[in-house]
Amino acid sequence: MRRNIGPILVVVLAIIAIWYAGSFAMNRAWTMDQAARAGTEPSFSEVFRDTMNQDRAVLPAPHQVAAELYDGIIDKKVTSKRSLVYHGYITFQATMAGFALGIVGGVALAVIIVLSRAMDLTLMPWAIISQTIPVVALAPMIVVLSNALGADSLMVPKAIIAGYLSFFPVLVSMVAGLRSPDAMQLDLLRTYGATKGQVFWKLRLPASMPYFFASLKIAVAASLVGAIVGELPTGAIAGLGARMLIGSQFGEPMIMWSALFAAALLAALLIWVVTWVERLAGRLMGVQA
Amino acid sequence: MRGQATRMQKIALPLGFGLLVVLLWEAMVRGLDIPLAILPAPSEIADRFAASTGTLWIDFVQTVIKGALTGMLIGTLTGFAVALLIDRSDFLRRGLLPVASFMAALPIVGVAPIMVMWFGFDWHSKAAVVAVMVFFPMLVNTLAGLGATDLMQRDLMRTYSATHVQSLIKLRLPAAMPFIFNGLKIATTLALIGAIVAEYFGSPTRGMGFRISTEVGRLGIDMVWAEIVVSAISGTVLYGLVALVERWVTFWHPSQR
Amino acid sequence: MSQDTVISAKNLSLTFQTNDGPVNALKDVSLDINRGEFVSFIGPSGCGKTTFLRVMADLEKPTAGKVTVNGVSPEEARKNRAYGYVFQAAGLYPWRTIGGNIRLPLEIMGYDKAAQAERVKQVLELVELAGFEKKYPWQLSGGMQQRASIARALAFDADILLMDEPFGALDEIVRDHLNEQLLALWKKTNKTIGFVTHSIPEAVFLSTKIVVMSPRPGRISDVIDSPLPAERPLDIRDTKEFIELSHRVREGLRAGHEAE
Repeated sequence: MRRNIGPILVVVLAIIAIWYAGSFAMNRAWTMDQAARAGTEPSFSEVFRDTMNQDRAVLPAPHQVAAELYDGIIDKKVTSKRSLVYHGYITFQATMAGFALGIVGGVALAVIIVLSRAMDLTLMPWAIISQTIPVVALAPMIVVLSNALGADSLMVPKAIIAGYLSFFPVLVSMVAGLRSPDAMQLDLLRTYGATKGQVFWKLRLPASMPYFFASLKIAVAASLVGAIVGELPTGAIAGLGARMLIGSQFGEPMIMWSALFAAALLAALLIWVVTWVERLAGRLMGVQA
Repeated sequence: MRGQATRMQKIALPLGFGLLVVLLWEAMVRGLDIPLAILPAPSEIADRFAASTGTLWIDFVQTVIKGALTGMLIGTLTGFAVALLIDRSDFLRRGLLPVASFMAALPIVGVAPIMVMWFGFDWHSKAAVVAVMVFFPMLVNTLAGLGATDLMQRDLMRTYSATHVQSLIKLRLPAAMPFIFNGLKIATTLALIGAIVAEYFGSPTRGMGFRISTEVGRLGIDMVWAEIVVSAISGTVLYGLVALVERWVTFWHPSQR
Repeated sequence: MSQDTVISAKNLSLTFQTNDGPVNALKDVSLDINRGEFVSFIGPSGCGKTTFLRVMADLEKPTAGKVTVNGVSPEEARKNRAYGYVFQAAGLYPWRTIGGNIRLPLEIMGYDKAAQAERVKQVLELVELAGFEKKYPWQLSGGMQQRASIARALAFDADILLMDEPFGALDEIVRDHLNEQLLALWKKTNKTIGFVTHSIPEAVFLSTKIVVMSPRPGRISDVIDSPLPAERPLDIRDTKEFIELSHRVREGLRAGHEAE
């Protein structure tokens, strides 16, 4: 990792440079238009300065997005309806609820599938098919149904949608993990006369743990996507997805961009925490780094 | 049930389970008298489907063919091409791979409102969202695949003093195929999500996402379910096609034989 | 260096930089290999026998000293496609048939279609795999796979064959059989063979010259010209000469070991 820092920095700087160039190119038309209307002929530096600071830029410059993010995260009171921390927290809650749902569902399904060949044949194809169905199409129905069943907040359907996306990576990894003990290890337990339950608790489950933790990173990222997507067709007014929708409806690019980057920051934070948990668990279980 | 499952079991069991779910659903809706506005019975959904094939087809073409497939084509081809270019430079690979892996984990669906702002309400913005979403998984998987050959196999190419292009075509691309198809499979599931999500941010008066949100508004829940059926079939068929081609291309891989 | 010298190494050294400091994989190694010789390199792990072979093949660069292959640098020799190389594992491409794998170097080197087919057929017969051309590697046993990889190294016109413990992963019965076949093949093709092994009977049975190496630093501790006749049935291993020669190799290995 350390030896990659140089190249990564160069790539990130290049991306920012390209972004600035893009901002200039894409915002230039509006600047020239304004100037033509005012009958002035701005110099290059005037045009450049203007393209970097438009309120409704086609592509806001990086520093504008950074300033908006700073404003939304640090300056605004957390309770404010314009605080990104507030909206991020709403989305975070749904993400965590969906993540928990996904873990429980994924692990339970994996255990059933590994213990019973018939269940494997019956359920595995449907688990795969469930992921090929775009969950956004189902989302409004999940809202309607959970309302009918008595859930009065949007948190429940959002968590279900997030769980729908996050259970699959857990399921796939757990099935692989529970099946990872080789014939020799299984035969050893057979020579001890171990029961099926003992084989599960003493061998299969411990052997599956590295697989389990490895799947969490993907699952938490998927859960966040689910939580954001769940806010779009459900009429949510709070949450990062709802911010994107509001920015789009009112034609406020800065709201969209700051919500997008806040979501990216939240994703990075979640993945970082999960990676840290994975390392910790690995160290506790004696896995070599 | 030990040993190999028969072909019969492999088809009958999941199919039977699916039928059972549908039957239970039908019985539950009828038995409990659940109103149409909450959950229509499968038979009602089937009726609506049969009566609206024209509309469903228009929405399918708009969302799946024009939005999802075009975007997927652009995004995966670009991801593949960029991977081939990056692969030539060790420096770029070391810099871009971590950045791209990170990007692949971010909720890129969030670019949807921006793309709609840039490219308008029609399918172009949907294709753009899909292209951006599938680009990173494809890039990351292709790069991982190109690095998947072991040292011995590369040494062999060296003893033949093969050129870069020769060892790419004869060794590294075939060896990368399982990874590339993994990227394609991820792309198929992302493509439909992206195309439909983008429609929630504005669309012409057709498309699956548009239809779902308007029909929910006028309580045409059976029509919503008919659209869900179309999206489910499209998603499954698309994924199945990729899996089929994968089977054919990577027949040699342990997971396929 | 006589006119017949194919490979010549002079004061060759190679030092790897590792996290635990520099490792002298080879130190001051000099050796001449003549045309048509079958030379075995034997020694414990870490003695540099594989590294030496890899230097000849231009898969490693020496830090000091000079090697020539066919009178030119290893890099030039590699570009002239002067040698075939057989690795420890068969390393066949699973997506190509056996025939396709053998055709691989021929395609890269630009042989025409007819010549490719002709050569594939010829070498498959040579390694007794005729009839397996259309099979995939994973449908064959380990011994057959390794024979196919030898066929792959024989398919193009190279006078030198470099083999890095090609039979190390195979069981003894298969190994005996392949040793016999390899001798027959060497006689038929007149190639110069460099052969890395850690088995004393294998080295003694196959070679006209045995190079005994020892580790830390990797160096040559003995070079033995085999007095055994050219005709070598498997039961030559029970003769007095064979046992004496084995003994001498073992002594050489032990001396190198004690010198540490």
